[in-house]
Amino acid sequence: MKSILSLSLVLLFAVSISAQSGTKKLPAVNVKDLKGGTVSTGKFNNNGKPIVISFWATWCGPCKKELNTIAEEYSDWQEETGVKLIAISIDDTRSASKVAPYVNAQAWDYEVYLDSNQDFKRAMNVNNVPHTFLIDGKGNIVWQHNNYSPGDEAELLEQIKKLTGK
Amino acid sequence: MKYCVAACFAALLFLSNLSSLRAQQDSTVAPSPSAAPDFGQIQGNFQAVFQTYNQDSAISAVVPPEQSTLNAFTNLIYTRGKFSAGMRYESYLPRQVGYPGRFAGSGIGYRYASYTMDELSVTIGNFYDQFGQGLVFRSYEERNLGLDNAMDGIKVAYQVMPGFVVKGVYGKMRFNFNDGLINTDSYVRGIDGEINLNELITKFNESSTSITIGGSFVSKYQRDNRSDLVLPENVGAWAGRFNLYRGNFGMSAEYAYKINDPSADNKYIYHDGQALLVNMNYTTKGFSLNLDGKTIDNMSYRPDRTLQITDAMINYLPAMTTQHTYLLAGTFYPYATQPLGEVAYQAEVGYKVKKNTKLGGKYGMDILVSSSQAYAPDKEVVNDLETTRLGYTNNLFGTGDQLYYADFNATVKRKFSKKFNATAIYYNFVYNNDVIAGARQLNGEEVVGTVYADVFVLDMNIKTKDKHNLNLVAQYLSSDQHQGDWASLQAEYSISPHWIFAILNMYNFGNDIKDDRLHYPFGSVTYVKNANRISMEYGKRRAGIFCVGGVCRPVPASNGLTVTITSSF
Repeated sequence: MKSILSLSLVLLFAVSISAQSGTKKLPAVNVKDLKGGTVSTGKFNNNGKPIVISFWATWCGPCKKELNTIAEEYSDWQEETGVKLIAISIDDTRSASKVAPYVNAQAWDYEVYLDSNQDFKRAMNVNNVPHTFLIDGKGNIVWQHNNYSPGDEAELLEQIKKLTGK
Repeated sequence: MKYCVAACFAALLFLSNLSSLRAQQDSTVAPSPSAAPDFGQIQGNFQAVFQTYNQDSAISAVVPPEQSTLNAFTNLIYTRGKFSAGMRYESYLPRQVGYPGRFAGSGIGYRYASYTMDELSVTIGNFYDQFGQGLVFRSYEERNLGLDNAMDGIKVAYQVMPGFVVKGVYGKMRFNFNDGLINTDSYVRGIDGEINLNELITKFNESSTSITIGGSFVSKYQRDNRSDLVLPENVGAWAGRFNLYRGNFGMSAEYAYKINDPSADNKYIYHDGQALLVNMNYTTKGFSLNLDGKTIDNMSYRPDRTLQITDAMINYLPAMTTQHTYLLAGTFYPYATQPLGEVAYQAEVGYKVKKNTKLGGKYGMDILVSSSQAYAPDKEVVNDLETTRLGYTNNLFGTGDQLYYADFNATVKRKFSKKFNATAIYYNFVYNNDVIAGARQLNGEEVVGTVYADVFVLDMNIKTKDKHNLNLVAQYLSSDQHQGDWASLQAEYSISPHWIFAILNMYNFGNDIKDDRLHYPFGSVTYVKNANRISMEYGKRRAGIFCVGGVCRPVPASNGLTVTITSSF
């Protein structure tokens, strides 16, 4: 009973504080690049232009559909909005070695990082993949979407355009 | 203890709230949003799975006495500058049917505080981490599967110089939850160092070759609780690894060694343990080749030697087979590593047929071919249980006669027009059920021998109009063993970005037992808005990894209604 009480207190304050603070900053957690180097997510930047962060895995069909669909239009998106897409693979050791070959075979132009023990996934409060975030030029999380159905990429592009005012 | 944590957390938030209220009052006097003080931020997520169960003796559906179950959790993370604190409130009222047994009641299952200052970062309380590929240490969670071996103690990471990081972990490992976290009595401690030569040595900065090396040592302590045996109370394990990339070529390897560690897993023998993982890959734009090799001997490693199955594992022994997502390929005969010993290989080739060619059409075509096998290790049993108790002699790099598992699959994916694309996949599985023991009959009877299965999948996407999409998946599994032939048909209609409607039927038409030739119909409606997702599902399901409504999730067998809510905030 006590724990339920304290939990509801926590929830109440959590809701009120997040309502006040409004914007949420990108957390700083270490991820690995495809060559084994360590990169802090706090250093993700695109020179003041928006960033899309997409959580995916090689075993997740809808994730691959989403990223392959965007890949076809990615150069247009970049030209129009200057957006950069960062794909975060949550593949663990079992399939992490397949990420680089898959990315190259698909000829993706994204920045790709490995989050093998899900530190970044936890910090971003991702339940399931695919989960896609839009980050504005100042590093604030401004939009997110959990799921992928064909056509969702249009909604994402609209949100990006809203940010860049185009 | 847990009340205190929650109360402290609430107090902390309350204080930040008070000050922010004051700040708001101030700001009405002098509005200057740019100078708003930093009160930190709260983020979190929530998931609840409510399930009701119907009696269905035909498919041997289990109905819990409570008739309904609820699995839920909420994560809250407070961050302010370099400080962060978080907790997870978990509920299993009771746990879902098919979920592992170590989850009961409601309470706080995870709480931590951490700060990062310059090169040093410190975490107290619960944490997850892994050394290298995890052969000697991996603390991990997968809530949907019911896997949680969080550490509870202290973690320190220190960047000695750019390119050289040392990590230390010390604590107890979670193994149970009953209205709160329950750890094992034993201790786990470890240290890991990793050097990235390109960052460490300035001369290498611009080199096209990039090299990372690392090493780790882990030890566990558990009291010798047996009077009939003299057991090692401190069991050490170490591992060394490297990653090398040059141009299009990449290679990585990790070797691990563990001293003798008699346990329930290895039937209390004094043999040491070894493991080796090797990966090589070569990729260019549109082409990839991936080769993996693995050998494992007696590498089960737990804080408590009496535990088994998925309870409290210190290390991770990855399976060297592909995790498939289609129902008949992924949920019938999936493979898990045999921790007592196996040798496995995998080769995978990916190729993208160019656009505007005869074969590739206007949009190009993707081809992926993959093959993997797992064999028994090369070992000879020695009958020395009354003397040295080593159990066997072995050759780590040899392959035994017995095939445990084989998976060959080929995928072709082609886009035909802006409105239509299709994927066709063929799989061939060889599944040694005497060893893996995953295949059972409906009445729970074990399946003897090896199961051979061919699976065909055709996945078609039809864009019916703007933002409307119809996805049809037809699957066929052919086998002379186990439950014989299966067919399945799934139709999913989505209206982006909010609605997904799906219906599915699986039919075991080829079962030798006439009464078991059953249909498994299933339907679902999902509504998604940004990071909130609500889905209602009704029908019969086999156990396995289920992918409906755009998300993959492992679920147990059941017949009934499931309501799932997930949210991130």
